[in-house]
Amino acid sequence: MSLKQLTVFVENKKGALVDITDILAKNNVNMRALSIADTQDFGILRLIVNDNETATKALRDAGYLLKMTDVVGVKIGDQPGKLSTALSVLDKADINMEYLYAFMSRTEKHAYVVLRVADNALAEKALEAAGFHMISDADVNKL
Amino acid sequence: MEKRYYQKEIETMPVEEIKKLQSEKLVKQVKHVYENVPYYRNLMDEKGVKPEDIKGIEDLHKLPFLTKADLRDAYPYGLLAKPLGDCVRIHSTSGTTGRRVVAFYTQHDIDLWEDCCARAIIAAGGTNEDVCQVAYGYGLFTGGSGLNGGSHKVGCLTLPMSSGNTERQIQFMMDLKATILCCTPSYAAYIGETLKEQGYTPDQIPLKAGIFGAEAWTNEMRRNIEETLGIKAYDIYGLTETSGPGVAFECEEQTGMHINEDHFLAEIIDPETGEVLPEGSKGELVFTSLDKEAFPLLRYRTRDICILSRKKCSCGRTLIKMAKPMGRSDDMLIIRGVNVFPSQIETVLLKEGYQPNYQIIIDRVNNTDTFDVMVEMNPDQFTDTVSGVTAQEKSLANALKVMLGINPAVHLVAPKSIARSEGKAVRVIDKRKLYD
Repeated sequence: MSLKQLTVFVENKKGALVDITDILAKNNVNMRALSIADTQDFGILRLIVNDNETATKALRDAGYLLKMTDVVGVKIGDQPGKLSTALSVLDKADINMEYLYAFMSRTEKHAYVVLRVADNALAEKALEAAGFHMISDADVNKL
Repeated sequence: MEKRYYQKEIETMPVEEIKKLQSEKLVKQVKHVYENVPYYRNLMDEKGVKPEDIKGIEDLHKLPFLTKADLRDAYPYGLLAKPLGDCVRIHSTSGTTGRRVVAFYTQHDIDLWEDCCARAIIAAGGTNEDVCQVAYGYGLFTGGSGLNGGSHKVGCLTLPMSSGNTERQIQFMMDLKATILCCTPSYAAYIGETLKEQGYTPDQIPLKAGIFGAEAWTNEMRRNIEETLGIKAYDIYGLTETSGPGVAFECEEQTGMHINEDHFLAEIIDPETGEVLPEGSKGELVFTSLDKEAFPLLRYRTRDICILSRKKCSCGRTLIKMAKPMGRSDDMLIIRGVNVFPSQIETVLLKEGYQPNYQIIIDRVNNTDTFDVMVEMNPDQFTDTVSGVTAQEKSLANALKVMLGINPAVHLVAPKSIARSEGKAVRVIDKRKLYD
């Protein structure tokens, strides 16, 4: 299973996010999920999009520094307590987590969590053993 | 057969003969200046020196200095030594530190300047078979015209590109197979980065040599450019006040620049006391123009800190060599009481794997100096976590602290977001109000 996250370096300047989202819009790229980590000087924008190739090319041509990161995408039921269950699986398996963010599906009654962990393969194995389903880039395109 | 020198007789002249030649020229030049430049005559009179007191280069120390302040005071015609009817051109400095300096040239002055540039091109391996791309700015700046003239004298096919429009530079370089590139080192690095991004490897780039000057650059930066472009990079030195690039140039040994001392007499002085220092000492470089007619500066203080050496050179030239300037007596920053030269920062950046593009911002908040260094992130090191980026900033700040002795705040910014110089880079923004 592989889920790719597009990571973009954003300088803390007025209009920076407008510019990025505008580039994606003009190239007909749809965002499924996003998260931003920011400091006083800069931000790190993390995106799950429907078309990584187009998004990468468009942003790179516009001079943005970006990187493709492998993350774990896990499908969880849209019910109270489900995220907690998933996280306790990782905790028990002693897998460190850097960050996470979540998004909902428009069509299915499901939530999806994007996880950035120390060891993707290990995390996926532990979650699958606990009955969770992983999602890939191909799945994202269908959502 | 490949020509090794442009003017062999001068370039390989025994030292004693060069000194004799310099003495003869100096006596004549002092007389010319005394008679034609009231501004300098007053300085000599104030010091009680007459032209007849100068019998040779051993008497040079008796003459008064000229500084950039004198050039500003005398703007525009105060140091002109020829009637305007004899002058054919001016060049001018960028004027970033105050009023512009305007230098005048007769046709004779242009010729000797272009000869100097031709010597530099031949020392870099240039011949009439070469295609020489001049990407220094043309116009008031001396870089473009000087190398353009030198390239003509050597007989290279000259591409008068001027600076900027990198896409076009690359197109001409590739289509016309340019073999020599002349520009500022930071622009050479930028062209190199762009070529690399476009997927060119060094062996696909037709260049064999580069002649880079007009701003300070380190040996690390030289190796960096040489690797990216697959060339040998030669340093060239000059200043508008003395003519332009070509006052000194590097040969294949790359261990300092040969000064064209038949035209420019060099001294090293103590910048504090003005006292002449013995050969091999580190101090401020001072030039006397021996041949220039229109704008002949005597004992002009360059503010560049360097060392002169007469050590025998394997290229066969006997012209004295100057080390790469180690800083400028006026570029030096004093931050929290510590002397900082921008070149030290460049050295650390290259060593740590960053591009030598940076900006220093100094301010004073609550009577304490703040010291911020903006550096472009290395794309290979970019990570998706904040802690990853801040760890890089901290590591670079530590490396800078080891070199400088004071702690800067490092801010990583996006690649190519710091302006590249097509003329000269603005590396330092000092917001402190230290003087009224």
